[in-house]
Amino acid sequence: MIKVEGVSKRYARFTAVDNVSFEVEKGQIVGFLGPNGAGKTTTMRMLTCFLPPSEGKASVAGFDVLEQPMEVKKRIGYLPETPPLYPEMEVGEYLQFAGKLKRLSGADLAKRIDEVAQKTNVGDVLKKLIVKLSKGYRQRVGLAQALLHNPEVLILDEPTSGLDPKQILETRQLIKGLAGDHTIILSTHILPEVEQTCERVVIISKGKLVATDTVENLTNRMRGSESIGVEIEGDVAGCREKLEKVDGVKKVVVREDKNGRGYFEIESSEGKNIRADVARAVVQGGFNLTELKAVGMSLEDVFLQLTSTEAKEEKEEAK
Amino acid sequence: MSNILAIAQKEIKSYFVSPIAYALLGIYALICGWFSLIAIANFIEMSQMQQGAADLNGYVIAPVIANAGVLSLFLAPMITMRLFAEEKRMGTIELLITSPITDLEIILGKWLGAMGMYCAMLLIKLLCLSFVFIFGNPDYRPLLTAYLGMFLQGGALLSIGMFVSNTTRNQIVAGTVMFGLSLLMWTFDWATTFKSDGWAKVISYLSLTSHFNSFSRGVLDSKDAIYFISVILLGMFLTARSLESLRWRS
Repeated sequence: MIKVEGVSKRYARFTAVDNVSFEVEKGQIVGFLGPNGAGKTTTMRMLTCFLPPSEGKASVAGFDVLEQPMEVKKRIGYLPETPPLYPEMEVGEYLQFAGKLKRLSGADLAKRIDEVAQKTNVGDVLKKLIVKLSKGYRQRVGLAQALLHNPEVLILDEPTSGLDPKQILETRQLIKGLAGDHTIILSTHILPEVEQTCERVVIISKGKLVATDTVENLTNRMRGSESIGVEIEGDVAGCREKLEKVDGVKKVVVREDKNGRGYFEIESSEGKNIRADVARAVVQGGFNLTELKAVGMSLEDVFLQLTSTEAKEEKEEAK
Repeated sequence: MSNILAIAQKEIKSYFVSPIAYALLGIYALICGWFSLIAIANFIEMSQMQQGAADLNGYVIAPVIANAGVLSLFLAPMITMRLFAEEKRMGTIELLITSPITDLEIILGKWLGAMGMYCAMLLIKLLCLSFVFIFGNPDYRPLLTAYLGMFLQGGALLSIGMFVSNTTRNQIVAGTVMFGLSLLMWTFDWATTFKSDGWAKVISYLSLTSHFNSFSRGVLDSKDAIYFISVILLGMFLTARSLESLRWRS
């Protein structure tokens, strides 16, 4: 559905996006992840035909963004980082205007406005001036605008920024509900958001593609060493000592220590299976073993690891 | 076509929901009223000197139109400065550019919207002049020509102003630059005051004044109409180019 091949965007003094390639299949939700200033917005702007790429090819639904921008624009709904709203308009009036820009008219437009207003939950503010709306409502009106022409592809630049926790949940639900009918790319620098909403992740940092994979694969791949969670009953400090002596254990972290009940996270050295030894050590030490489980690396760890290794490499190169 | 009108309508509405339209129309009415008052006083004096009615068209309508031409020079920047600068500042330009419409549709819509505002001002002037028709019996045909002239001249100013507004995201800058440009275009004909051939003649030809004056006197010359239409097209062409460059540079 979306194909990006070796796309770069250069400005006079710096390169905002450097040779990025990825693909998104129909109906998928892809999280576009990166620290601020990584080039997320620039990449999205190239996909929406707002900026042309300096190099490389990008296409949406088989149409090239440079050669057939009109066809691309017809198929894309775009919510920029700041929703493009006219403060002096009423919400309903704004949706009318946006609909006309997207070549809808008459009864068709009225019907679509009703539908998106219901979907994005802005039906009760249609008569309100945009300038008087709260940030959450503005974001939702922006989203409604992007959905108006029922586009195949939705490009959402930080759709949940500035919303309160309840609104964030609602927006995520809404976006999840849109997948399937629409192919969605959403950018964010909030990691749990990607874990919760997206199927695939594209991580970029400083304009370069760092990783692209499914959320699961990515967390698995990064887990070179094993991490296990152990819950015990008994003397926590004593147990810790015992655990640290087990062969192959690299690090023991106490996560909880309350009322004679403790929870550890234990990291193994690379390639060692320590579960059996850990279990034996706990039981032989006279403690009750109540839980033992594998702990995956969170996407947050993956992200930090990916982006910080690169920083390290750069430092070494500089030397 | 319908999205051109949608943009034009949105532009006109945004003038009228903000104080811009009322400030412009109020000032325009005040100054046109003042011009008319002076012209009529002058007409009365001439009539007394001649001991018979003087030429209403020559003493009232023509000077009022000519002065009002200068006035639109001052007010055109106020109309155009927000056209693109505001969209850029608020980020709404992203909505326009990523919608499935062409640049030309955006430009025509914006220009028509500005023309709508300008035409509202021309209607106010018609109100001032209507008194001459109620109490006197002037020829209405020169007035039609003059209105065509004002329409074309306004179109040219707004077209150039639209381009200037597209080069910045700051409305004050857009307004100031446009004001300077229109003043310059107005005074190009001064070139002939010290040299009457060669480049001076070329520059003088580019002046808005010389082309507008014949209209205000009721003379319809295709040469003048072509001049204004070319300026309108030039402004739109430049706007299109700078809208495009916005994407290449930004």
